[in-house]
Amino acid sequence: MSSTSTATAGPVADSPNRTLHAWWQAAPFTLVFVLFFLIPLALIVMVSFWDFNEYELLPAFTLRNYFAIFEGCSTLTEHGDFCVSLSTYLSTLKFSLLVWLITLVLGFAVAYFLAFHVRSSGMQTALFILCTVPFWTSNVIRMISWVPLLGRNGLVNQSLQGIGLIDQPIEWLLFSDFSVVLAFVHLYTMFMIVPIFNSMMRIDRSLLEAANDAGASGWQTLWNVIVPLCKTGIIIGSIFVITIVMGDFVTIGVMGGQQIASVGKIIQVQTSYLQFPLAAANAVILLAVVLMIIWGLTRLVDIRKEL
Amino acid sequence: MSDTFDSKPADTTAGLSRRSLLQGTAGMAGILASGMSPAIGQEKITLRYLGTAVNQDKAIGDKFEKDTGIKIQYVAVTTDDVTKRAVTAPNSFDLIDTEYFSLKKIVPTGNLKGIDVKKIKNADKITPLFTTGTVAGKAVGDQGTAPKKVIYLEGEKSKVFAKSPTQFMSLIPTVYNADTLGIRPDLIKRPINSWAELLNPEFKGKTAILNIPSIGIMDAAMVVEAMGLYKYPDKGNMTKAEIDLTIKTLIEAKKAGQFRALWKDFNESVNLMASGEVVIQSMWSPAVTAVRTKGIACNFQPLKEGYRAWAAGFGLPATLSGRKLDGAYEFINWFLDGWAGAYLNRQGYYSAVLDTAKSKMEAYEWAYWMEGKPATQDIKSPNGDVLAKAGQVRDGGSYEARMGGIACWNAVMDENEYMVRKWNEFVAA
Repeated sequence: MSSTSTATAGPVADSPNRTLHAWWQAAPFTLVFVLFFLIPLALIVMVSFWDFNEYELLPAFTLRNYFAIFEGCSTLTEHGDFCVSLSTYLSTLKFSLLVWLITLVLGFAVAYFLAFHVRSSGMQTALFILCTVPFWTSNVIRMISWVPLLGRNGLVNQSLQGIGLIDQPIEWLLFSDFSVVLAFVHLYTMFMIVPIFNSMMRIDRSLLEAANDAGASGWQTLWNVIVPLCKTGIIIGSIFVITIVMGDFVTIGVMGGQQIASVGKIIQVQTSYLQFPLAAANAVILLAVVLMIIWGLTRLVDIRKEL
Repeated sequence: MSDTFDSKPADTTAGLSRRSLLQGTAGMAGILASGMSPAIGQEKITLRYLGTAVNQDKAIGDKFEKDTGIKIQYVAVTTDDVTKRAVTAPNSFDLIDTEYFSLKKIVPTGNLKGIDVKKIKNADKITPLFTTGTVAGKAVGDQGTAPKKVIYLEGEKSKVFAKSPTQFMSLIPTVYNADTLGIRPDLIKRPINSWAELLNPEFKGKTAILNIPSIGIMDAAMVVEAMGLYKYPDKGNMTKAEIDLTIKTLIEAKKAGQFRALWKDFNESVNLMASGEVVIQSMWSPAVTAVRTKGIACNFQPLKEGYRAWAAGFGLPATLSGRKLDGAYEFINWFLDGWAGAYLNRQGYYSAVLDTAKSKMEAYEWAYWMEGKPATQDIKSPNGDVLAKAGQVRDGGSYEARMGGIACWNAVMDENEYMVRKWNEFVAA
């Protein structure tokens, strides 16, 4: 982030004076970034190579924590599963992918409606604010409110039984992959809508007219004009959603009945047992995975240029 | 039990999902700041009391201040965080309230000071459950971190536990209880008398277990023994092979769809039970009470294999000295003097010095809570809620019946790291 601010200084660096100004302008954020992100991150990397026992961290250089994470990953467990780390990452990736796909489709549709179908800008603002209303309450509360709705004796089951569609309550509504994905979609679609809407609003409307005049169908316009021009928004939204889901353990915990593994959860359990080096090693690996995903996404579009 | 764990503030859980780095830094700054707070003025002292929310009752603090003029400032965190702070920031509190099993992590750091029992007025009246591990003259189970194994230190500044009684205690016991399974009798409709029922396929998809690894695995071990699969030499200190066996049993049950959910938080267990998502689960006694106050039938079911017990107590940081040290001793003495004990007994916990608590309770209250007799009039909690109607009997019966039935204690195993790893495997399965 600081690199964007400093980078803008590059092209306009006509006089040394201006360069200096740019650096000063970037300084506060750089300082915050270094203090609250880079230094803690360096500490985490450092601790991930430390040894530990029940009650203290032992400064040293050991790869033990990393080995411990991947211990047993060369073979399947006796239940035919992958080792904890692999199966946890796979399950976390699965949720990321599912949630990303659904929020992308939903977010794109909502943003499209807001940007191209709502004519008055007043109405646009009003609807946009409406989308943010759920964010006025806390994440956890929004999540927990699903529980009485989806439970065995919850509203949905009661209604379905009431109208005679089912005899037995549906069990997979709650504490399942379904409820986890549902909660994620509910919580994070907004992060897709905002950047996509933003890039849609910047599309020159005459391009659409030109496409229309040239005889493009609605789908062709959508696919060949709008989608490529929204790529920045889509990528930014995707980064938001994927990084959040990859690091989450609260939603997966609450909606999955604590029975579904997530990398974040493992880190949390380890820190609560004073196994900081193990947790740090896990965090470093998770960070590497997420960075790789983001790197891959940014290969698809040069965000800096597009902004 | 450990309602000690129940008080996890929602924001901690939520916050950690993002960049815990930021939070960690902020938290550290807070700890440093409080550790370096300037000396308190001569006339009045304030004790920073680090603990979980169980004992940190406003009424207790207010009453103590009224009686002695010493102010109590509660620092309420989870059990895990109490340990974490005791290990990493021992100057951030003047009095610690923690569970005995945490001592295995804290005492070796040298951050605790032995408490001189000569300065504790009621020290010789502390229930023998703590000092010798007996109830009514009979020895109870001492598997796991039984308090008698860790209650004495070799000296005031010792980092090792003493094998036999000495002048210095690591923690002065305050509150303790014995946990078992909670059930919904209205949905089960038959007697339950064994831990094995937790994995009975009859309740498939309707059971839950505690997702705090060190306690959950003890409950699982009770089940494994009850099912006749294995008899542990010490459930509270398993070998790797024993951990493997226990977790394997859990994983197989999970794959067969036995569990509806795992729970970590007091309220989660209450909601699971009250909503009928589960009908049998490991549970804490106040959680059972909470379900009942919603008007839903729920039993804290005594089982033939016995209970898993827990106990907490007060400790002093090694650096505490001067008037604050005197104040901390005064608080401990006051706490054992009866008022607080009666207050805890009325919530279904047990106090460490029973004689003094008895003198502050009504005879009918004592009969209900401690002697297992039917209530002769409505039993009320300290804040006035009716907990039991006249004629009802406390689950588990008398103090002797309940505490005499202890099978094991909450523990930290030598193979703790391996256990946590295997537990994560169970969660991931």
